[in-house]
Amino acid sequence: MRGRCKDVLLAVVVVISASMMISARPSGGTVSGKITYEGTPAKQKPIDMSKEPTCAKQYTTPPTTETVVTGPNNALENVVVYISAGAPDEAAPSKAAVFTQKGCRYLPHVLAFQVNQELNVLNDDQTSHNIHPLAKINREWNKSQPPGSPPIVDKYDKAEMIAVKCNIHPWMHGTFAVLKNSHYAISGQDGAFTLPNLPPGKYTITAFHESYGDQSQDVTISGSEAKTVSFTFKAKPY
Amino acid sequence: MRRMNVAKCLAGIAALLAAPLLVSGQQAESHIGKVNGHADTGKQLYFRYCWGCHGFRGNGSGENWMPTGSYPDSPYLNIQPRDFVTATFKCRSTPTGTLPTDQDLYNSLVRGLINSNMPSWVTLTDQNRADLVAYIKSFSERWKTDKAGAEINVPAEPALTVQSIQHGKELFTKLECWKCHGPEGRGDGPSASTLTDSNDQPIRPYNFAAGSRFKCGTTNHDLYKIFMTGLDGTPMPSFADVIKPDEAWDLVHYLRTLQISHKSPELALWEGTKEGAEIVKAQRVRGTPTGSGVNQ
Repeated sequence: MRGRCKDVLLAVVVVISASMMISARPSGGTVSGKITYEGTPAKQKPIDMSKEPTCAKQYTTPPTTETVVTGPNNALENVVVYISAGAPDEAAPSKAAVFTQKGCRYLPHVLAFQVNQELNVLNDDQTSHNIHPLAKINREWNKSQPPGSPPIVDKYDKAEMIAVKCNIHPWMHGTFAVLKNSHYAISGQDGAFTLPNLPPGKYTITAFHESYGDQSQDVTISGSEAKTVSFTFKAKPY
Repeated sequence: MRRMNVAKCLAGIAALLAAPLLVSGQQAESHIGKVNGHADTGKQLYFRYCWGCHGFRGNGSGENWMPTGSYPDSPYLNIQPRDFVTATFKCRSTPTGTLPTDQDLYNSLVRGLINSNMPSWVTLTDQNRADLVAYIKSFSERWKTDKAGAEINVPAEPALTVQSIQHGKELFTKLECWKCHGPEGRGDGPSASTLTDSNDQPIRPYNFAAGSRFKCGTTNHDLYKIFMTGLDGTPMPSFADVIKPDEAWDLVHYLRTLQISHKSPELALWEGTKEGAEIVKAQRVRGTPTGSGVNQ
């Protein structure tokens, strides 16, 4: 009798795990859309890198600040779009998120990765940087990284939008978007984003911009439908 | 039988209810050597001595502080008192991004922080200070989830040599300490004027020429810890990943020679060499011993 019970249990486990494998396969709905601004965004100023010649010589024309980056047709770049509610927390992927300091700028300007995902910070420059993520929910640290140093390896155990700066080069600002699941995107030059492979359900989609804060919208996905969600940020000229 | 079950159940509920009390009991204490501090006593002391600056919520917004640019135009403290809620502390013996030890907090109370309005609380008793440390820790949730970091290992100081000072000088250039602290350590490097702390308040890099004490102590051992742990919440980063322990002592020896108004074995040895004598002489001509009149 006991042996039979075991068999039944085993069968149930097999069926459940099989069904989970099927649902884990990339399928489901898609949310896509465009991020735009209305109003006049702050004019981005050219960065004076004359005090850091090794960086300055990498540019023919001085690069501008990146607090607001726009594209044609009022497109807003560098907006993190993610699911803030409705999706389960996910385990971190094994691939590390890479943040590079090159030409005294951050590449990418906004880096999104998951809670407990490995973060690698590289210095490609011929000058020292200090990496100072101003975390409020996670622990704040500040490390020096002279040229030729190995990558700084770290991870964050709580979701947070963290402003990152280099105190030596005051124009260097970036963002770490530490998120709870893998459903996120960062708007490109055309302001477009796509969140694919969403299982049916009710979600809150949040868009975060470093200067304009965040906005949220609710969306319900059934089956493999594609929905369009768009966000418009009010731009301030100063 | 049934009564037994009920009794067991009640005992279980009692245990559950008591658990948080036990946990909070643990946080409400501090341990400094043989002295155990208690938050309830510390609370009374805090509301007598500390709250005017650090505020009744412990967030550094007491009525003695006003942010730069507020009205009336900053007649009070020009450096924001420590915010105990974020629990980010400058003076630690633990790596950057970790909580300090009880002893670290206690030491800051004994010492006070130079170039700020935080005085030395040496007039209180050991027990008073331990009690205050226990109470200060109750402001932040972090003490409930995180433990203090592991103290960094400071190897024994090697003998002072001219080579050590020279190597320290090379490190000062290579690690670009001068970007903020200036080529002569006067706190006047190219990035100095742009620095802000983590609350966006302006902050100055340390001027070695102006005095003998550091923010986090007076000894070579303290100086070693300052750049290996970093001063969290300020632009001063940790160099623990980029300086080897023996090299760190070389840097300590060189930094001492920048304190031209402070008599030290390092400065004496450095001035005894031809190279060092010329450098120190040139540094002395520029400033007054107090550092006043020096462009910073």
